[in-house]
Amino acid sequence: MSAKIGRGEIHWLVVIAITLICIALQDQWGWLSKYPQAWTVPFSDWLNIIINWMIKHLGWFFLGFSWLLEWPIKAVRWVLQSLPWGVTAFVFCVIAYVASGWRLALFTLCSLLYMVVIGYWDESMNTLSLVAISVPLAILTGFIFGVWGFHSNRAERVIMPMLDILQTVPVFAYLLPILLLFGFGTVVGLVASVLYSFPPMVRNTIVGLRSVPAEVIESGLMSGASKSQLFWQVRVPNAMRQLLLGVNQATMASLSMVIIASIIGGTEDIGWEVLSTIRKAQFGESLLAGMVIALMAMVIDRITYGLATRTDDYQNTAADTASNTTTRTLHRYRYWCIAAAGAVVFFVLAQIFDILQDWPRHLEWSPAKTMNDGLTYLVANFRGEIDSIKKFAFFFIMLPAKIGLQQAVSPFTWGFELTQTHRVAYVIAMIAIALLCMKRWNYKAAIATLLFAIFFYIGLTNMPWPAVILIYAVIAWKIGGPALGIGTLTGLAFIASSGNWPEAMLSIYLCGIAVIISFVLGTAIGIWASYNDTVSAFVRPINDTLQTMPLFVILIPFVMIFKIGDFTALLAIIAYAFVPAIRYAEHGLRHLPEDTLEAATMIGATKRQLLWQVKIPLAMPVMMLGLNQTIMYGIAMLVITALVGTKGLEQSVYIGLSDGNFGVGMVAGICMAIIAIIVDRCTQAWSRKRQAELGLNPI
Amino acid sequence: MSSEGLNNGAVKLSCRNIWKVYGDKAEQFFKDSQDQSNNPKARADSIRTAGHIVANADVSFDVHVGEIFVIMGLSGSGKSTIVRCLSRLVEPTSGEVLLDGENLLQKNDAELIDVRRHQMGMVFQSFGLMPHLNVIDNIAFPLKLQGIAEEQRYAQASRVIELVGLQGRESNFPKELSGGQQQRVGIARSLAVEPDVWLLDEPFSALDPLIRKQMQDEFLRIRSVLHKSIVFITHDFHEALRIADRMAIMRDGEVVQIGRPVDLILNPVDDYVRDFTTDVPWENVLSAADIVEQANGPTENKRRVSGDTPISELLTYLANHHDGLLVEDAHGTVLGMATARGVLTALASGCSNQISEN
Repeated sequence: MSAKIGRGEIHWLVVIAITLICIALQDQWGWLSKYPQAWTVPFSDWLNIIINWMIKHLGWFFLGFSWLLEWPIKAVRWVLQSLPWGVTAFVFCVIAYVASGWRLALFTLCSLLYMVVIGYWDESMNTLSLVAISVPLAILTGFIFGVWGFHSNRAERVIMPMLDILQTVPVFAYLLPILLLFGFGTVVGLVASVLYSFPPMVRNTIVGLRSVPAEVIESGLMSGASKSQLFWQVRVPNAMRQLLLGVNQATMASLSMVIIASIIGGTEDIGWEVLSTIRKAQFGESLLAGMVIALMAMVIDRITYGLATRTDDYQNTAADTASNTTTRTLHRYRYWCIAAAGAVVFFVLAQIFDILQDWPRHLEWSPAKTMNDGLTYLVANFRGEIDSIKKFAFFFIMLPAKIGLQQAVSPFTWGFELTQTHRVAYVIAMIAIALLCMKRWNYKAAIATLLFAIFFYIGLTNMPWPAVILIYAVIAWKIGGPALGIGTLTGLAFIASSGNWPEAMLSIYLCGIAVIISFVLGTAIGIWASYNDTVSAFVRPINDTLQTMPLFVILIPFVMIFKIGDFTALLAIIAYAFVPAIRYAEHGLRHLPEDTLEAATMIGATKRQLLWQVKIPLAMPVMMLGLNQTIMYGIAMLVITALVGTKGLEQSVYIGLSDGNFGVGMVAGICMAIIAIIVDRCTQAWSRKRQAELGLNPI
Repeated sequence: MSSEGLNNGAVKLSCRNIWKVYGDKAEQFFKDSQDQSNNPKARADSIRTAGHIVANADVSFDVHVGEIFVIMGLSGSGKSTIVRCLSRLVEPTSGEVLLDGENLLQKNDAELIDVRRHQMGMVFQSFGLMPHLNVIDNIAFPLKLQGIAEEQRYAQASRVIELVGLQGRESNFPKELSGGQQQRVGIARSLAVEPDVWLLDEPFSALDPLIRKQMQDEFLRIRSVLHKSIVFITHDFHEALRIADRMAIMRDGEVVQIGRPVDLILNPVDDYVRDFTTDVPWENVLSAADIVEQANGPTENKRRVSGDTPISELLTYLANHHDGLLVEDAHGTVLGMATARGVLTALASGCSNQISEN
């Protein structure tokens, strides 16, 4: 046995030994368990000094900028507000028809009618006007940066990490500096939304421009294209599809940010409606308003996605061959003509029939009250069941993970006291399992078991911080090499030294549990869907809907039933984060090399063997990317759960925003970004490594 | 300069000692001009040991006006790189490319664009069509880049469309066409500017065998109408035989042998070339002129055949004319006699060649 112990095992045994020593010594040396106040570096104060300096000396610039931006928003808002709803609805339906056909047009019509009838038309149009201004700005910014990154590798190396930071720092963290610099008002939402939504455009621009086939470029060159001709007439048209996908993603990001930005108020938009009704505990109203957001998101997503992937593009139509030029021109611009003509007709009609101009108050119909009553009934009658679900999850899963078995087990929770016998039994059982893992699989499984046993007994928040940093750094090092290891070490050291360690652990605990549950649940559904077309067809629209849903709409139903608290947050994160796990598992299992599967079947593998010994190992890299996305989604949702009173970093960010303390919020936000980036790099590195080992093509 | 037929005198495009080396310090190997006299093979090896990739090593050949020059080689032999060096899609590390005696490698960007706009056309293996343009716009694309008005460029494009037989497809988009049709668009586009030099990089390799045969015929037909100077890249020896006036065989970035197909078959320079020739049907490659004997006896009243008649065709005549046929060249001058024995001897040497291989 001892002969087989390699360097890897020794590293891990040393890590475990150090961890145990830290645990043993933390009673003597308090600094091991709690990062000392005296060692904290006042990053937040420094940031506050910087922002104050900027406000003092550059404030005029930002305010001027803000004043400038105010005008287009006002203009669009005025147009959308003063147009009769019939006109707007008609134009949207035409766009939807062009993008994807009758079904989407019908869906768009229903969605718009819902907004009108439910009485949220004006609020919806306010939100839309912000999106309408921010999207072009984001696309332009993103395209320029993308082109720059495409042309210069050095620029790309600078741009990419910036995008990572912009996309991973919680949105609440940069709402405040924008607020401080640009002053109250709609511009804050606009700037925040542009900042948040241009990164996907940059990425898609770079990918699109890069992926133009070499021969197309060469044929452009051989046709005698100059540099600018090559770019505008060869590269850009060839990358158009990818660019439009970028537009789609940027639009969705923009919408979700506009909604979130309404948290600081100042605009009478639909996001504010949801938020204020939640605060007033009017759940029926908030759900109805949330539906408006969800519908709006779905319509915008389907339209932009439809435009990006239109199948009848570049297809020959009869009228194109028509010799008559006017016919051809008319045909080319037929949808513009229809939209314009229809708009005029509806405008005139709206002058005659008032109902097309403003939906009359008395015809508004809102089931909010009924819904509230129903909810009250539900909560009142099923209080026992709801409480016991909550209690079970809390006592047996969440508490042990948070404060460890050593504190979680008590007569009040588990019904008994933890005695010496229990402890000895736990240790023996865990060691036995570890040995079994070693025998059955490899030493890595055994190490993982031991570490898990320690974590679960001590509890994540009670672990000595130096040991946690060490463990994570070693994991990162083993997966992604020395650079990733050192990066992880530095990142975690920053979190500790900024004084955010306890909050960070609370975030990791909550998000970690949610991610594990989401991943297991999602993967299971994904496996099922990969075998069963009916399940697949059933799951897909649900996934699509959940993914386009702005984050805090997902929160609403859970808050309604379970009130505020960690458990609600947990459920909300799971509801959002299990979607990518399903998607990637299904995709990975459905797109395996056909001949390998046939070979395995011919060797005589049973269905179960085929799944566990061929399909899952081969699909593992893709499923790991699914895990990566699950974690990213989990973190995105975690940020929002600050609204329901969780206590981790996300809460510090939120407090920073509500107290107007930029430094505190930003530092906590950066800590979250660090965690997200570390996890992202680790899972991606692992997936790439596996993929290279298996000789599969990267997706 | 005659634009008609084979004119072995005038060189249109000349490739002189082209080297293409990939790597960080590719240039350093060519700074020393004394080094030029070295044996290229040894030099290529020394560059390779230095960790660089040699795609082309000292490649030289001439393409005459109106001739089809085929470059044949297996994948990785550097044939695609060399054709890109000719058009400067790839920048050669060292050497010269002379077009009508002018060195292309010394032209600046604007001049190069001008050469590509007016003197060169290129066809690509996977067609390289613009997916967002329909057939006529694809073909007129080079004209559009020159800033020619729509009406005029459509008129010009229509002429080439007719040439490649795509009438009625003008408003289709590439994805609506079959592979063969797409390549016709590629061919038409490369001809739209009426170039002197026509470069074809494995134009038919992506097509099915039957379509490939059709396209080769089509290519030969177009070629007979237009008389371009052509560089044709292929990995298919049979394709090379069908269309080449002269051909070069490449291996590891070097030219192994240059000559007429017949020369390569009759006198392969080494085993590598011989390997290609073994399963060649000789009766299709050899022509009457290759097997003529001294005419002895009376030459009147004998059936006359042209010197480029393939042996396979000659066999039928020989069956009916036991005492042989008179072979003449294009101007009616008698080259000699073709007899059954002569044919058999030639074919037999081909067979013995193959037998000795086995």
